[in-house]
Amino acid sequence: MSYYQGLQAESVAFRGDNGDTGEAYYARPTRAGKFPGIVVIHHLPGWDEWIMEVVRKFAHHGYASISHHLYFRDGTESPDDVGARVRAAGGVADAQVMGDTAGAIAHLRAQSNSNGKIGVIGFCSGGRHAYLAACTLPGIDAVVDCWGGNVIVDNPKDLNDKRPVAPIDLTAKLNCPLLGIFGNDDANPTADQVNRTEAVLKKLGKNYEFHRYDGAGHAFFNTMRDAYRAEQAQDGWRKVFAFLNRQLAASAATIAAE
Amino acid sequence: MCSYIVEKAALTGSAAKGRKGWMRIDTANVYYDHPYYSTLDHVLAIDFTNEGDGGRDRVAVELSADSARALVERILAALASGEAAHAAPGVAAPAI
Repeated sequence: MSYYQGLQAESVAFRGDNGDTGEAYYARPTRAGKFPGIVVIHHLPGWDEWIMEVVRKFAHHGYASISHHLYFRDGTESPDDVGARVRAAGGVADAQVMGDTAGAIAHLRAQSNSNGKIGVIGFCSGGRHAYLAACTLPGIDAVVDCWGGNVIVDNPKDLNDKRPVAPIDLTAKLNCPLLGIFGNDDANPTADQVNRTEAVLKKLGKNYEFHRYDGAGHAFFNTMRDAYRAEQAQDGWRKVFAFLNRQLAASAATIAAE
Repeated sequence: MCSYIVEKAALTGSAAKGRKGWMRIDTANVYYDHPYYSTLDHVLAIDFTNEGDGGRDRVAVELSADSARALVERILAALASGEAAHAAPGVAAPAI
């Protein structure tokens, strides 16, 4: 068997919130077998190329991976143009994102290659969405929050019809193990906010694991940004795969991460 | 973290050239947040759109904070010198 195994990536349709049909990017190992699923939630600027790389990275490591386009209702143009339009309208509602994420989970579960386990990972605003999903959606076996800001909302004015509840206030409902990855130089979430989130998780007796990195700020995994920090990102990805492999019983095809 | 904060500026008598050629624009959405294309952590982004025409097309820029501030200064300087140069004889250019 070849050391590096094949994968297939493609655009697929999925059934999202309200039964709406949207577009998603799906990648899976091409070999026969059962694989854990992972939903990748993109950040506010949009459904961008780096997120697609992350989806393929998971497939490379033995996961069936999907990233659903959270803005599919707002146009079929370039994702950056659609993202700009959504931003100008104040973003998408949490309820709709959760409905779409439930649809992405259902899509993975419906595949014949599913091993029945599902993880959710999100970056930036997607990290916040991942935290929300773990507190509000059934059927998630592990969640990874990568520097999700606004999990703690200090100013009540930041809550609105689209984002009515601070995720931290839903922590009692967190129903799966949580991995958090954070840069200590991040401005949102700040190191203090990460500490406060951890204090709530600890107080409620939740199964969680936080890793904080010096010399790193926001989005330090993102190889397409100056914020990328190779050393911290390598260690962070090792933590992500170790956690997911443990929680989702990956089929040991975790080739290069360990 | 993405902020969702957008400053909207109403524009009159304005136009921009995008991939479909020239279009009238009535809105500038201005924000300082994570970029889509720039490698910087944060950018000052401006999306010029015509919301009166559905806002489907945009002309977009992503600027570093220093570049944005320098551009603001140059815009004001260009307005000052341009309005002075184009003012009718004997009529003072408006103060800015």
